[in-house]
Amino acid sequence: MSEAVRFCGLELDHRVINASGTFDAIAAQRVFGDEIVLRFPFAAFVSKTITLEPRAGNPPPRLYEAPAGMINSIGLPNRGLLGYLEHDLPQLAALPVPLVTNVMGSTADEVARLVEAIDARAEVAAIELNVSCPNVETGLDLGADPRLLGRLVDEVRPLTGKPLIVKLTPNTADVAAVAQAAEAAGADAVSLINTLRAFAAHPDGSGRAWLGAGTGGLSGPAVRAVALAQIAAVSARVEIPVVGMGGIASGRHARQAIDAGATLVAVGTESFRDPLAGERVRLGLDALEHPRAAR
Amino acid sequence: MSAALPPDGGSRTLAPLERRLLEVVERREHGAYVVLAAEDPDGPAPQPGQFCMVAAAERWGAGADERPFLPRAFSVLRADGKRIELLLEDVGPGTRRLCELRPGDGLRLLGPLGRGFSAPPGDRRAILCGGGVGMAPLAMLQDELLAGGRDAVVLLGFRDAEHAAGAKLFARARVATDDGSAGRRGLVTELLAEELARDPVAIVYGCGPPAMLETVRALCERLEIPAQLALEAGMACGFGACYGCVVPLREGGNARVCVDGPVFDAERLASCLAPGEAA
Repeated sequence: MSEAVRFCGLELDHRVINASGTFDAIAAQRVFGDEIVLRFPFAAFVSKTITLEPRAGNPPPRLYEAPAGMINSIGLPNRGLLGYLEHDLPQLAALPVPLVTNVMGSTADEVARLVEAIDARAEVAAIELNVSCPNVETGLDLGADPRLLGRLVDEVRPLTGKPLIVKLTPNTADVAAVAQAAEAAGADAVSLINTLRAFAAHPDGSGRAWLGAGTGGLSGPAVRAVALAQIAAVSARVEIPVVGMGGIASGRHARQAIDAGATLVAVGTESFRDPLAGERVRLGLDALEHPRAAR
Repeated sequence: MSAALPPDGGSRTLAPLERRLLEVVERREHGAYVVLAAEDPDGPAPQPGQFCMVAAAERWGAGADERPFLPRAFSVLRADGKRIELLLEDVGPGTRRLCELRPGDGLRLLGPLGRGFSAPPGDRRAILCGGGVGMAPLAMLQDELLAGGRDAVVLLGFRDAEHAAGAKLFARARVATDDGSAGRRGLVTELLAEELARDPVAIVYGCGPPAMLETVRALCERLEIPAQLALEAGMACGFGACYGCVVPLREGGNARVCVDGPVFDAERLASCLAPGEAA
């Protein structure tokens, strides 16, 4: 039996949640019916990234199967803030678990407007900031530079009383320094890793990019070892809880992330292969923690 | 036999949430194609045009270049709630591994997924137009239409006679091949144009490579004949999670092939070609 866990003041049934953008609970209800609600695989649901304006996403092809993983360049398609609040939020609020809304802006002002609007909605239990967006002035990811990131969290922290989770980018020189900056500016938790920037060559051998957007993000078992190193590095330097993810596909992998310092673990790419991957990871983790009960 | 064809779009058989571990019970070759049959006692009867995500139970992820990793999408060739048949052509690491499977081997299958075909409106004659391995969803559709007492003309296009052997999967079909080694030399879309000229009170059901589907779409648009097209797209999940399989819509924006399709009314589609792809 899974044990309840406290995370940023939230009471969760267990430690396994989804990675943002890897599970669409609304589409899953169209495909699987009510069964997905009755047997929801995650202890909290993290929405895909919401931006201020609607986004169509990147031109196809958007996917590439890599050795032990995949590279995606989906491009964060979403209905925009108003579409999310009107259309998605009522459906997501009906899920049997707390809702985390993930937001991204390209300027501090955009992020602030998103955080204020989401803060006003009681259905949302926590806010996750996606800071893997290029800064319009420097071109660097907002989350790549500890000073920039610290300034951003400083600005938006006072705008919400909800738990604020910063989703760190692995595409930076010192992820632990960025995590410390987030903590110092008042973040309640950090989550990592996001996808590793990656290139897929066109199979025609021309050397051009396969993905419509040029580059994409690598995920799946291929990134697990990197994720464990970054989770450990961050956990050693911050006091706030860490959500660990990156190639987690079994209870053993989840255990490794927890041993590296994670309080919660998130399942991402493995849910593409199996809609019940979250449940499988939780049961595997339970069996490791309570070997007798599982026998 | 599947549930009766729905009268209009949007209908689907829901998928069990769990991937099913199935046992392969038969493997037969039809020229260049392999038909795999598996016992599927817990599988609900799919609509013609629905698809499944499939992986081999063993050695999936351990091949050359450490692929395949993701499951592969296949239209259901035939299914009756006890047994499911899939049509394979060895074109890459995923299909190669699946083509290796023999009776007794295991398959992991999620489905049925997506929206299938809907019934012909009024007294329109159903013309089923398939290209290559894209013929798969049309086999079950033809069965269904014939069982319901409707006519179902099947037109199939292939590269050559080796591939045209797949036409034997149909109760009856007319064939065109690129090299003239079986049936008529030429394109299946030429057969379609002749058929529509003969009697335009028809609806076209199409599935095949993008260039063929685009020709079907443009032809039906010009002649103002309704068409339902089953699209193929690379996808990671098959149930709306990854947003990898999008197709541009005429009304603007994108649709996901996996949950909004794979069958679309042709008039909703801006094009069946990927951006930059030539017809």
